[in-house]
Amino acid sequence: MEILVCARRVPDTSENEIQLNSAGNDIERDDLVYSINEPDNYAVEEALQIVARSGGSVTVATVGTDEDEEILRREMAMGANASVLLSDDAFNGCDGKGIATVLRGFVQKNKFDLVLTGVQAEDAGAQVGGMLAAMLDYPFASLVNSIEVLDGNKLKISREIEGGNREMSEIDLPCVLSIQTGINEPRYVGMRGIRQVASVEIPTYGAADLGLDPKTVGEAGANLKRDDYFVPALGKGAEILEGSNEEIADKLIELMKATGGLQ
Amino acid sequence: MTARIFAYIVHKAGVVDDTAAELFAAAKKIDAAASPTAIVVGTSAEVDAVCTSVAATFPEVWKIASDSLAYPNAELIRQALAKIIPQGSIVLVPHNHFGIDLGPGLSIKLNAAFVSDVVGIDGIDGSYLKAVRQEFGGAVSAHVRCNIASGAVVNVRPGAFKPADAAPVAGTVVDKSAEIGTLTAKRRYLTTIVPEAADVDITKEAVLVSVGRGIGEKDNLSIAEELAEALGAVVSCSRPVVDAKWLPKSRQVGSSGQTVKPKVYLACGISGSFQHLAGLKGNPFIVAINKNPKAPIFQVADVGIVTDMLEFMPELAEKVREAKKVTA
Repeated sequence: MEILVCARRVPDTSENEIQLNSAGNDIERDDLVYSINEPDNYAVEEALQIVARSGGSVTVATVGTDEDEEILRREMAMGANASVLLSDDAFNGCDGKGIATVLRGFVQKNKFDLVLTGVQAEDAGAQVGGMLAAMLDYPFASLVNSIEVLDGNKLKISREIEGGNREMSEIDLPCVLSIQTGINEPRYVGMRGIRQVASVEIPTYGAADLGLDPKTVGEAGANLKRDDYFVPALGKGAEILEGSNEEIADKLIELMKATGGLQ
Repeated sequence: MTARIFAYIVHKAGVVDDTAAELFAAAKKIDAAASPTAIVVGTSAEVDAVCTSVAATFPEVWKIASDSLAYPNAELIRQALAKIIPQGSIVLVPHNHFGIDLGPGLSIKLNAAFVSDVVGIDGIDGSYLKAVRQEFGGAVSAHVRCNIASGAVVNVRPGAFKPADAAPVAGTVVDKSAEIGTLTAKRRYLTTIVPEAADVDITKEAVLVSVGRGIGEKDNLSIAEELAEALGAVVSCSRPVVDAKWLPKSRQVGSSGQTVKPKVYLACGISGSFQHLAGLKGNPFIVAINKNPKAPIFQVADVGIVTDMLEFMPELAEKVREAKKVTA
C-alpha cells in the first residue's frame, strides 16, 4: 500500500508555555521549541505498521519552509521511505483550505492508496484531512483509532466517539483518514537515526510543480485570517493557596473536609 | 446581512442534543435578526418527533427522512446537504465527533469558507464573520475573520453558547427528503463497540485524583495511587496518560472518555482542555495542582496550587493520613 502522511511542525506545548507576546498580537515565538504535531507522529507510526504488515511505502509531506525539513528528517529516521517539502512563497499565509489545496496538488501528481493526517494541530482545527478528501472525492473518516487492512481495496476502521465508544466502519480505498492520538505507540527516534538521514536530499515542490494557481493558495486564497491573539478574562479563577507545601496541604484538607468530599 | 443561516441538529434515540439550542443562540450572535433554519436528518420513523421538538425553537425546520440515514454517517449526510443548501449560506455544525467528520468536507462541497471550533461570535463586518477560537489547548484565544462572501461552514464548540430563555415558537417543517437523490457510501457503518467493564468505575467515585501530562512518567503513577489511597479515592486521568498507555481508557475523564461527577476533583498536572472539562459534571470542588500558573485549569478550578505535583502529592498524602488518625 502506498501511503502519504501529511505532517506539520508546530510549537511543542509539552515543551513550551504558550503565552502572548508583549505587543499582545501574537504568541511569544522567541525560544519556542518546535516539533512534529503529535497526532501526525501517530499517523506516521500507523503508516509504518501498515506497511510492515501489508507492504508498500510511506511518504511524509509537509507544506512549509526549509525550517520544517527537520520534522521530515525525524519521520524518515523513524522509518518513512521518502519525504517531500511543499514550499513556495505563494504558500505563505495558507489557511486550512490552502494547505489542503497544496496537498491535493501533490496527491494528484502521484498515486497513493491511503492518505493520513493527524486529527488536528494545536493552532488549527481538525480540518485539512476532511477538506482534502472532499477535493479529491475520496471517502474520509476523522478521529480514527484503529485500522485493519481488508482484502479487496478496503479498510476496517474505528473512530473514537463519545464515552469511550468506537464506531466501526468499512471504507473504500483510496481514502483519507485523520488519526487520533493513542492509536499506537510511536517508536523512539534516537540521535543516531537522525544523523543517518541528515544528508538525504529532500525534494521540494512549488506552486508551478504542483500545477497550482498562486491565487488559490497562501494569503491570496485564504478565507480565514487571524487578527490577533488574546487571553480572555474568564471569571474569578481559582483561589491560589500560598505557603509551604505543608501549609498548603493543611489548608487544602480543611477545604476538602468542608465540601464533604473528605470524611 | 442576507446570508441564510442553517443549523445541523444532532439527535440520538429521538432526543434532541443540547447543541441544537446552542446553535440557535450562535445564529443570533451572527445576526440578531436572523431567522435560522434547522436541518434534521434521520429515518422516517424517528425524524418527525425530532422535527416537532426542534420547531419549538427554530422558525423553520428542514426534514430529511431516509432509511439510508439510520446511522448518522457524515459521508452520506454531506452529500445530502450539498444538494439542498443554497449557495452563500452559513451552516452551523456542532464541533463534536460528528461535526469534525462532516464540516470541513461540506465547506469544500458548498464552495464555502470553513471556521473550526468557534467559541465566540462578534458579528458581521462587511463580508466577514468575526469569531473567536481557542488555540494551544486554550492557553490563548484568537480573533479570526472569515470571508463569507460565498458562504461558510462554522463548526461551533458544544457548550460555548448559552441558549436564551425564549418562548416556544411554532416553526414550520418543510420536507426536503425528495431533493437529496441517491446517496452512495464509500464508507459504511458496521457497529459500535462499547468499552469493556473496567476494574475501577471512576464515574461512581466521590473523590478523584486525576493526573495529566505533568505526571511525567509511568513510574510516578504510584505517587498518585498513594495519595488516592490516603483520600479513599481512585486515580483517573486526562488523555495524554491514556495515549501513553500508562492507564486504561476507562480511567480517562473527558468527552471521548468517561463523564464523572465527583464531589472533589484533584486535577494534578492537567492543563484543562475543553475536551477534558466536558467530562466533569455536577459542579465538583476542583483543586488544580500545576506548576504552570498560566494553565487554563486555573480558570475553572476553585482552588489552585502552583507547585510541582510530584513533590506536593506525597506531602498531601502524609497530611491526610495524619488527619485521619486524629479523627479516628
